[in-house]
Amino acid sequence: MIPDPWAAVLNAVIYLLLAPVVGGLIAGIDRKITARMQGRVGPPLLQPFYDVGKLFEKENLVVTTTQNFYVLSYLVFMAVSGALFFSGGDMLLVIFAFTLSHIFLVLGAYAAFSPYSHVGAERELIQIIAYEPMIIITAAGMYMVTKSFYVSDIMQSAVPVVLYLPGVFIGYLIVLTIKLRKSPFDLSTSHHAHQELVKGVTTDFAGPNLAKIEIAHWYEYVFLLGVVYLFFGFNPLLAIAAIIIAYFLEILIDNTTSRAKWQLTMRSAWLVAGTLGIINLGVLYYLRMVVVP
Amino acid sequence: MQVSQLLLFLVLFPLIAAFFLLFARKSLERNRIVKLAALAIGAISLWLLVAGFDKGMMMFGVSGKVLDLTMLAIELVIAVYLLWLGLKHKKYSVVILVVIQAALLLWFELVFGHTLVELPNNLFVDQFSIIMALIIGIIGSLICVYALGYMETFHEHHKEIADRRGMFFFVIFVFLSAMFGLVFSNNLLWVLFFWEITTLCSFLLIGYSQTAEATNNAFLALAMNMLGGVAFVVALIYLATLDPSGQLLELSTLLTSGYAVAIVPAVLICFAGLTKAAQMPFSSWLVGAMVAPTPVSALLHSSTMVKAGVYIIVRFAPVLTGTTEGLMIALVGGFTFLLTSCMAISVSNAKKVLAYSTIANLGLIVACAGVGTYNLMWVAILLIIFHAIAKSLLFLCVGTVEHRIGSRDIEDMGGLIERMPKMAVMMFIGMAGMFLAPFGMIISKWAAIEAFIQAPFGIIFIIILAFGGSATLFFWSKWMGKIISVMRHQENVEKTVPQDKWTVLWILTALVIIVALIFPLISSVLIEPYIMDIYGHTTRLAEANIIIMLLMLGLLMIMPFSMLFESKTPRIAPPYMGGRTTEGGMKFHGSLGMSRDLVLSNYYLRTYFGEEKLFMVGVLACWGIILIALVMVVGVVL
Repeated sequence: MIPDPWAAVLNAVIYLLLAPVVGGLIAGIDRKITARMQGRVGPPLLQPFYDVGKLFEKENLVVTTTQNFYVLSYLVFMAVSGALFFSGGDMLLVIFAFTLSHIFLVLGAYAAFSPYSHVGAERELIQIIAYEPMIIITAAGMYMVTKSFYVSDIMQSAVPVVLYLPGVFIGYLIVLTIKLRKSPFDLSTSHHAHQELVKGVTTDFAGPNLAKIEIAHWYEYVFLLGVVYLFFGFNPLLAIAAIIIAYFLEILIDNTTSRAKWQLTMRSAWLVAGTLGIINLGVLYYLRMVVVP
Repeated sequence: MQVSQLLLFLVLFPLIAAFFLLFARKSLERNRIVKLAALAIGAISLWLLVAGFDKGMMMFGVSGKVLDLTMLAIELVIAVYLLWLGLKHKKYSVVILVVIQAALLLWFELVFGHTLVELPNNLFVDQFSIIMALIIGIIGSLICVYALGYMETFHEHHKEIADRRGMFFFVIFVFLSAMFGLVFSNNLLWVLFFWEITTLCSFLLIGYSQTAEATNNAFLALAMNMLGGVAFVVALIYLATLDPSGQLLELSTLLTSGYAVAIVPAVLICFAGLTKAAQMPFSSWLVGAMVAPTPVSALLHSSTMVKAGVYIIVRFAPVLTGTTEGLMIALVGGFTFLLTSCMAISVSNAKKVLAYSTIANLGLIVACAGVGTYNLMWVAILLIIFHAIAKSLLFLCVGTVEHRIGSRDIEDMGGLIERMPKMAVMMFIGMAGMFLAPFGMIISKWAAIEAFIQAPFGIIFIIILAFGGSATLFFWSKWMGKIISVMRHQENVEKTVPQDKWTVLWILTALVIIVALIFPLISSVLIEPYIMDIYGHTTRLAEANIIIMLLMLGLLMIMPFSMLFESKTPRIAPPYMGGRTTEGGMKFHGSLGMSRDLVLSNYYLRTYFGEEKLFMVGVLACWGIILIALVMVVGVVL
């Protein structure tokens, strides 16, 4: 259960205040490492903050005013889902809020009624259906190991979750690639100029709206890496090491692969969820129900 | 009025209204009768709620023998009528089924007619019946009011179709009456009678336009539902063989008589429920039923017909709990949910998408009821409520849109937010009710995951929910995206929609939101006591989570107002079209100086989610599972 409402609220507030800072720094480090991998010097560490600051100074240029509403909702519900997660709330509720926020981004792109945004929106949706089953399976797996859907319980559980859920963990890392918008799964929009002719789902957002989308990404980074933490909750140091290694792996994959077609993205994500996820949960169920009832 | 009188009123009053409507020739008369009757039915259903919500299960005796014979006589008259129609249209599968069913019924009457004692309590009502009555009484009658305006426009648009509105409204009100009878009957012979009446009514309504397609689809629906009806009769014969005095024909007795007695009739009647709830392999009748005028679809999908199918399965769920037979039925529901959710991705006909979504949600209800643990029962009933409201709203919206833009294709609904702004907002809310947090269906999906994970073999259903749920997300989102895309220079065409329709639509829209707000209340007043009575313990969502959901809902509702508080007025610019090859007004340069309009189309992913392919898979898999269940039943009998 949620331990203490005040502690939960405090954690949520800390997340809301600090996550953009941490997320922005991660983005800065990401760009630095990526640049080094490509043999460039790269921008300063704080470049993402400068970028967002600059975007906020720009004129609010829109295709339709409803875009403002969709983008704001995207940001707000992304922050809400992260806050729910860090306050120790129900994993499933977190997932549903997370999905809701993405749907708002997709709707914002649809609202513009332009060819590039439209294709971006469709591709973003394909990404969502590609990763969503694996995320639900992750939550179900964690319940089977820790007997709780509450993040607070899973985090404090002394059980080495990752040892029971190796398949689910690998599956989660693969959908993490989709979620972090890394190659080969950066279908709807990419951080790299060489992958994109136009900016996909974010084509028709400019100025402050683009800045809000960027901040939402920072919130998202922190939340997604928080889920990695849950696999190693029994040992916080190991957990932080795992997060760093996982993120480094994502950068490496990002820089060594090129964008895949959407067919491959969807097939591979569903295949991974459908094999690693199901086998892992099946074995777990068998052990829990049959071997040690 | 006493509760028993309320029940009789709800069953008989729509019937009386129906006969008046049969003879009402003028539109004005018809309008008055329908509105008055709808008001009365809605009000009395609410009265029943007030009078009965805290009383648990109540049973009533209504003297039976004469009624039983009348019902048998009506059933035989219907059989003769269907026989004649079947021969006339050369639908021999229907003829065969009618003959089998009539023969079985007659045989039943001849063999057991004199041994059956009169059952003391033919009618009953409990919280579940009250929930069903509210759905039928409120949503059903709202649809009737909507149908008045719709049929007026329908016949203006389709001059070639004979105007049989008298018969149309007659059948609709008989339908409502039969649905009330079905959810209040404690005598299985009565349940069967009302069951067959709903089959007949849907047959007549689907075939209303009398085109070749409508007639074919009506007979398809009839044949599939008759198949279920035959299984139902066999179940009754089995019960009468066990106990010739007919005590087991009382639903309340049967449900508490244990596995050994109840499992065989439970499986047979649930099979009938599967046909009526359009589960695979019987899903095609509901998809075909979309040829009917839209209010009929709304009625079939939300408050009548398919809800009768899931009603009976949920009733029998306590018998199925923890049995292999129950698991088989749940698997049929689960596969249906997964496959039809995926199939909905590949179609662009709005009514077809709605039909697949209905079948999918019914599948989820069947899956919950088949596994049948107490917390899954809770989910199943919640799903019935949420689905009925959101789906009726969506059907009625699509019907109105179709009359205004002349198409029911989702691809033609682009920019609806400009052309029919109010309607688009309603559709948006209805769709949000179907798949977005924190509205109804997602609450149920959430509770379903939490309940399945504790149930035996629940992990199968978690996986089905994970994949099916994400498919659901895809087809709703892209449809939503279509209607909210802002195309310029569109004309507003919703000004001609009459006030009556708006009233109905606004009420339903409000209900989608209100029910998401007050579902904890519905749960604690109606659902939890019902579950408590059967299982001895009950379930609910954690209070903290409910508060979070409500806060989210509040947040969601105030978000649109953020647009009123923009610090700087945004400047409007045209969307990015790719530079040199474009000209003003969303056009591309073509070759030879032509200019081409921008056309955007959604993805349908037919290679992956092709309708025919998945349908075949579903039919084979679900027939296989059903046959296993039936073989197991034969095993029990022998």
